[in-house]
Amino acid sequence: MASGVEKQADQLSTRIGEKALLLTAGLRRTQFGLPDLAVGLGTLTLLYVIARVGAESLVHFAPPEVIPSVSLDPANLPNYAARSTLRMFIALICSILFTLVYGYVAARSRRAEKVLIPLLDILQSVPVLGFLSVTVTGFIALFRGSLLGLEAAAIFAIFTGQAWNMTFSFYQSLRTIPRELDEMARLYRLSSWERFTRLELPSSVIGLVWNGMMSFGGGWFFLAASEAISVLNRNYSLPGLGSYVAAAVAAKDMRALGWAILTMVILIVAIDQFFWRPLVTIADTYKLESSAGEVAKFWVVDLWRSARLASYVLSAFEPLSRFLDRFLSRATAVKAASQFGSPVRKQQRLFDALLMLATVVALLLAAAHFILNEVSVSEVAHAFVLGAATAGRVLVLIVLSTVIWTPVGVAIGFSPRLSRILQPVVQVLASFPANFVFPFATLMFLKLGVSLNWGSILLMALGSQWYLLFNIIGGAQGIPNDLREMAASIGLRRGKIWRALIGPGVFAAWVTGAITASGGAWNASIVSELVSWGNTRLTASGLGAYIAEATAKGDWPRIVLGVSLMSIFVVAINKFVWRRLYELAENKYRLG
Amino acid sequence: MAEITAAAGSAAKQQYETEILAAEGVAKTFSVPAGELTVLEDVSLRVGSGEVVALLGRSGSGKSTLLRILAGLIRPSRGQVFASGRELRGANPGVAMVFQSFALLPWLTVQENAELGLYARGVGKAIAEEEALQALRMVGLEGFEGAYPRELSGGMKQRVGFARAFVMKPDVLMMDEPFSALDVLTAENLRGEISDLWEAGKFPAKSILLVTHNIEEAVLLSDRVVILGANPGRIRGELRVDLTRPRNHKNPYFAALVDYIYTVMVNPAADVDQPSAVVAAGIAGSRRSQLPHARVGGISGLLEIIADQGGREDLPKLAERLRLEIDELLPTVDAAVLLGFAEISQGDVIITAVGKDFATADVERSWQIFRKQLLDDVPFISTILEALKQKQSGSVKRDFFVDILDEHFSESEAEQQMDTLIHWGRYAHLFEYDADEEKLYLPEEE
Repeated sequence: MASGVEKQADQLSTRIGEKALLLTAGLRRTQFGLPDLAVGLGTLTLLYVIARVGAESLVHFAPPEVIPSVSLDPANLPNYAARSTLRMFIALICSILFTLVYGYVAARSRRAEKVLIPLLDILQSVPVLGFLSVTVTGFIALFRGSLLGLEAAAIFAIFTGQAWNMTFSFYQSLRTIPRELDEMARLYRLSSWERFTRLELPSSVIGLVWNGMMSFGGGWFFLAASEAISVLNRNYSLPGLGSYVAAAVAAKDMRALGWAILTMVILIVAIDQFFWRPLVTIADTYKLESSAGEVAKFWVVDLWRSARLASYVLSAFEPLSRFLDRFLSRATAVKAASQFGSPVRKQQRLFDALLMLATVVALLLAAAHFILNEVSVSEVAHAFVLGAATAGRVLVLIVLSTVIWTPVGVAIGFSPRLSRILQPVVQVLASFPANFVFPFATLMFLKLGVSLNWGSILLMALGSQWYLLFNIIGGAQGIPNDLREMAASIGLRRGKIWRALIGPGVFAAWVTGAITASGGAWNASIVSELVSWGNTRLTASGLGAYIAEATAKGDWPRIVLGVSLMSIFVVAINKFVWRRLYELAENKYRLG
Repeated sequence: MAEITAAAGSAAKQQYETEILAAEGVAKTFSVPAGELTVLEDVSLRVGSGEVVALLGRSGSGKSTLLRILAGLIRPSRGQVFASGRELRGANPGVAMVFQSFALLPWLTVQENAELGLYARGVGKAIAEEEALQALRMVGLEGFEGAYPRELSGGMKQRVGFARAFVMKPDVLMMDEPFSALDVLTAENLRGEISDLWEAGKFPAKSILLVTHNIEEAVLLSDRVVILGANPGRIRGELRVDLTRPRNHKNPYFAALVDYIYTVMVNPAADVDQPSAVVAAGIAGSRRSQLPHARVGGISGLLEIIADQGGREDLPKLAERLRLEIDELLPTVDAAVLLGFAEISQGDVIITAVGKDFATADVERSWQIFRKQLLDDVPFISTILEALKQKQSGSVKRDFFVDILDEHFSESEAEQQMDTLIHWGRYAHLFEYDADEEKLYLPEEE
């Protein structure tokens, strides 16, 4: 059975030969080389920082009456940065755990899916910042007399900004596992553990890493907003970068602000280089299409791979991990008996439908009760008008960003050189927390006498416009070269090229970007429609300011009303505007 | 055709429970928005120990669904499946499968892929490794244990698929179009090696159940060919392949059998167990209401080739010349026959006078010929034209006609029928179509 294989064998043996060469080259080196030193020291330093910073948040027990103060001395910044980063990573771990459990259950159980996925859709649309008041008070009550409550609240805020996206991605990956791979796993009776580790996790890892990276970037915004917050007439602040910025704003300290921004940029770039890029590179080996292609390379990964220390440590753990693998595999083995599961009976379907109906009725009754007793109909109308004002701002923002960034994005996307240089820059800009530069904008508005009713649009755009740019660049890159050459060769005029090729070509990408941008803008409205510089406060009339004011005062009915109304706005606009545009993009303007 | 004996499809019921694999009265329906779609209807089938059975059918015959029901991957809507006498209630433990797309895990090495099923059975590491190595040796992949699938060619990937199945030593090895994702030469090579292994008696499975749309593959490998009909899928009949192994393509009986099956396959109305009658009747008599989905360009291209070959061509040869699978070629042949451009006889396509005219005409004349044939042979075209003339606006929504077609076809089939009607009608300058408004309208009077 050897004929027809020789050629491949040849190719492979050269490849194996190369590998062997590399291995012997490795052996000839001294016992521990520079890479080992770098990896070893790096790991130890990281462990030290985590231990120290982690201990601080535990040691500093203090009743909520004693607010930990934030010092504006730049020397404290590394410590603050470390504490903020630790929060970010704890939130990321929580998000991953949540994602794995929630996504898995939703994908594996038809009944659970019916509830979990719409719920996730709604959770995604709820403005996270509006909930800070609820969570801060809740967590403080939970960890009475300790700073941990505030820590948990901040981490929770970041978590809610990260988790939904990742969960959706994981669920999608699980649902789109190729049918034959799924059948293979069932026919060869892989245990649930084997199925998860050999099939499901590897096939979703690329989506998870990319979504994790994007969500992590977005998380800085929530971190900055949640470290310093005034809830129920009381100011809370946790030592960290976000509270440092808040303190600098209160003290009108420009220099401190500059230092904070610099620290933030360094932090984002460092985490990108040492954490996300390596992960993306490693995840790349889990591509489903199994054709030969370029192997992705990245310097940190190369460093790690060439350090023998790492493989020593890993091989020491191998017997343990193998034992665990076999143990878990046996524990979750597929039972020989019925795998089909009982079909959903008619009675059960009826029961489910009734349960759903009852829930809807109960929710409607609760809403009516709430409107009539806690707030008034006129209050609802008032908040609705404010919501319309914010919606108008989001609309203006999308239109303006589109007008400004589409030509720029297309220019970048069409030029391989420009996109190579600028894409990482845009990525950093997208993860940079816009609220760090709010003070500068606020100062400008004060100097120029701009009303925040208009100014807030700029503030909201500072964080959200990058998603548009990002996607338009991607969309422009996706327009096939021969279509562009065709347009040029038949001598189409500029305007015609835009209408016939570029516009339709980037439309789908634009819709994706606009959905993300508008979601981000709604969330940002809560911190953008009410800003301050020192003791000066600027307010815009909008639902965001309404929620922010209610939160500061601790006015529960208004918080609930504002947040629910904003969620309804977002869900409705998603359903009636974005989803339709998305379908249009899918059906009509799809390339290839 | 003396070698061919046909066997009736249904056998005594009590026998089912003793067979290695048996299906009794199996049906499968899927619920679709418009109601229920029947994919399989009343299928009964047995696979005995030591035999190779091929399920042969065109697309839409539900052959893959039937395979998956027998593998216990899909639950039948009605009927039962027995594996070695026991009724199936989940994945069939006595079955291993080789998939069309290979279904390898790209992040595991060749060895790890091959061992996959063994670990799941709780076999120890050393034994699993040894057995996987042995299977890899059998398929000629010794030395590739540490390679990843992406480093392998398509043929080698499928070898890993076979090794993974061999390791399981199954009662029935199921193959779902195992060679159709490979190029012609690689497929031929691998097919030959599998056939050699079976003939040498070293095959690590008791029986083989093969799903294919490739008639030669079915005749080459199997002891019995079960022919499935489409819409809904059902067993039309089966043929015993009484040819000694190793089999030779050039054997006249082999060729005759392949030709006969081709004729049966292009004529869905024919009875499988009455070969002589079918051949005599030819295909011209059967006029079906379902249109084959063929492009006009494809039809005229086919006719040109046949005209070049002297007006008559063997179907299998034609498929080979065009590098097409029979599934891809049949709709075009069907369309040519339907429109009176060609006839089928004993596995040959014969061009008609009109067909020759159409193949050689210039653009203007060819759509005029096409129009005439279309009006003569496709009654629904006249229905469309009548409807358009009735309307003062001269335009009718596409959905109006799809609704009519819906009564005879499944929803997606009705849409496809409409697409074909529109494509043909447009070519014949009978009507025009606005894809944005989804409306048909009469062309402006010239």
